[in-house]
Amino acid sequence: MQQNDSIITFDNVTKVYHLGGIDIPVLRGISCEIKKGEHVAIMGPSGSGKTTMLNIIGCLDRVTSGRYLFEGKDISSFDDDALSEVRQKKIGFIFQSYNLIPQLTVLENIEMPLFYQHLDERKTREKAMELAKMVGLGDRIKHKPSELSGGQQQRVAIARALMNNPLLILADEPTGNLDSVSGREIMKLLCELNEKGTTLIVVTHDAGVAKYARRIIRMLDGKIVDEN
Amino acid sequence: MKINFLHLIRIVRHGWKNIWLHRLRSLLTVLGIVFGVASVIAMLAIGEGASFEARKMIESLGSNNIIIRSVKLPADAKTQQASLLGVYGLTDRDMRKLETIPSVVRIIPAWEMEEDVWYYGKNISARVIGTLPEYQHALNLSIKTGRFFDYTDIQKSLPVAIIGSTVRTSLFPAEDPIGKSIKIRSSYFTIIGIAGEKVFAGASESFVAEDMNIAVYVPISTTKDFFGEYEVKRTTGGIRSWERNWVQYHRFVVQVSDTDKILATASLVSDILSQTHKKQDYQIIVPLELLRQAERTKRIFNIVLGSIAAISLIVGGIGIMNIMLAIVTERTKEIGIRRAVGARKRDIINQFLTESVILSASGGFIGIMLGILIPKAVTKFAGMMTIITPWSILLSFSISVAVGIGFGLYPARKAAELDPIQALRYE
Ligand SMILES: Nc1ncnc2c1ncn2[C@@H]1O[C@H](COP(=O)(O)OP(=O)(O)O)[C@@H](O)[C@H]1O
Ligand SMILES: [Mg+2]
Repeated sequence: MQQNDSIITFDNVTKVYHLGGIDIPVLRGISCEIKKGEHVAIMGPSGSGKTTMLNIIGCLDRVTSGRYLFEGKDISSFDDDALSEVRQKKIGFIFQSYNLIPQLTVLENIEMPLFYQHLDERKTREKAMELAKMVGLGDRIKHKPSELSGGQQQRVAIARALMNNPLLILADEPTGNLDSVSGREIMKLLCELNEKGTTLIVVTHDAGVAKYARRIIRMLDGKIVDEN
Repeated sequence: MKINFLHLIRIVRHGWKNIWLHRLRSLLTVLGIVFGVASVIAMLAIGEGASFEARKMIESLGSNNIIIRSVKLPADAKTQQASLLGVYGLTDRDMRKLETIPSVVRIIPAWEMEEDVWYYGKNISARVIGTLPEYQHALNLSIKTGRFFDYTDIQKSLPVAIIGSTVRTSLFPAEDPIGKSIKIRSSYFTIIGIAGEKVFAGASESFVAEDMNIAVYVPISTTKDFFGEYEVKRTTGGIRSWERNWVQYHRFVVQVSDTDKILATASLVSDILSQTHKKQDYQIIVPLELLRQAERTKRIFNIVLGSIAAISLIVGGIGIMNIMLAIVTERTKEIGIRRAVGARKRDIINQFLTESVILSASGGFIGIMLGILIPKAVTKFAGMMTIITPWSILLSFSISVAVGIGFGLYPARKAAELDPIQALRYE
């Protein structure tokens, strides 16, 4: 029963990077569980392994040892295509530096995830329009990302992350490049999504951002030091 | 299936957008392909034209024939001073001697003059050919209406004529020429037949490529009676504006019994003629040999243009590979983003492979345009016939697409194999 509404289960997960013959342990035995609909903040100093953990959760990276269950399924045996499909169908990413594609318009950036699902072009476009309006950029769809402010670009990124109706939104320091007003707007938007049922994991080292979350995981040197 | 096809169109559209964004760079990149494809088309067009020309030439000269033409040598200063009358060319004696060669079936002599042919007010400069009835079949002449002359006409030296199709259209645009009389010098000839149109293969008239459609055929006995064995030509410059030459026959058509014996016969003919003619005032044309020569020319063209094409295509391909590698590096972050939102390796390969194919295919397209112009210029300035076939366009376009795939695969693979995390971290 408990297994059923757990979306992420880490069981003694480690991650070691190899750089020029040297092993760099980044995650050193992490065990935790995140349930559907939760809003979790991951905090910790720079270099503590937050981004690495988020990348593993998001199926962009693999564990070195331990088990990672996504919706109860062990992901470690999945091949590259299967992992891509999990990202495509279930996950939405939001990055600190927005990561929009500069030569595409706002609308094209928002549509992009569905491009790989071979869906009807008109429906895709309608959905992207709807999301652009939802994040308050309905009048900027023809613009290039470079013509928008940081807060606006991050809102485009949120719209893009919602394109595939994800179960899980992963945001890596989403307000890190923003002023406090824009930061609050972005957090409000993310919290609204969480209230509608999307699981939300936000990496931050800003206590103001973390306080929106109902649960905070604190990391230090690749370990969880505090969890409430 | 339908969805996938639509998806392909979308990939192509996206790729085209990216290429168009950097159109100057793209254009410079594909120049190699452009010249490679243009060379392929030009090569095939020139080769095709050469063999068509050769085939038509053989057809009009007859593959089992050897043609001997009288050639007026440029008179040296002494002889020109000494006499007004030049003597040159083929004679009855030559004919009797050549007829003794066993492989020679028969020799058909012809007397030829460039003459103005008149019908009331209209006139045309035509080639008047006095010959024997066998000439028709030896040179595959067809008769559209009426008949060719026969031995009765020869015996009676009748003033009858068969006209070529160009002569017909310019003198008789609206009338039936049969039974009408045309005037050559001061004599009238009755038209008894019209020759069928013959494809004129040469880009310009030459010894070997002659326009048979401006010919007027008359019995050889009649030309002897009416015009004698003198030819009178206008000369350019000098005080004398007329030049008189004595020439018995302008041409022999030597029919050989067997194609295999043509070359041997030709060398016998050459031996015999060189014994009696002090100067080489004749030319031996072996149509079969012309065909071989045309094939040699074609082969040389193929080697030269083929090498240019191959080098250009390889250089072009390397250019595309180079730019695609640069593009992959330039768009590393984009690749990371696309992977993060769920693009599979295969999707990334498709994206970049499509871009390189669009690049090379656009180059191919420009190359085809250029490749159509080159043969036209060759025809205009070098006088060679060229034929652009649809399959040569198809072939060269396919080559350009193949180059795009071949040289685009490595960069596309490289893009797909990027680690998504590293790609996302790339600045
Ligand atoms: N691809 C990588 N190769 C080598 N070392 C890495 C790589 N990614 C991260 N690291 C190292 O792992 C540690 C944790 O990085 P990261 O997860 O980005 O921390 P955080 O997001 O908490 O700042 C850092 O010391 C970093 O240098
Ligand atoms: Mg980080």
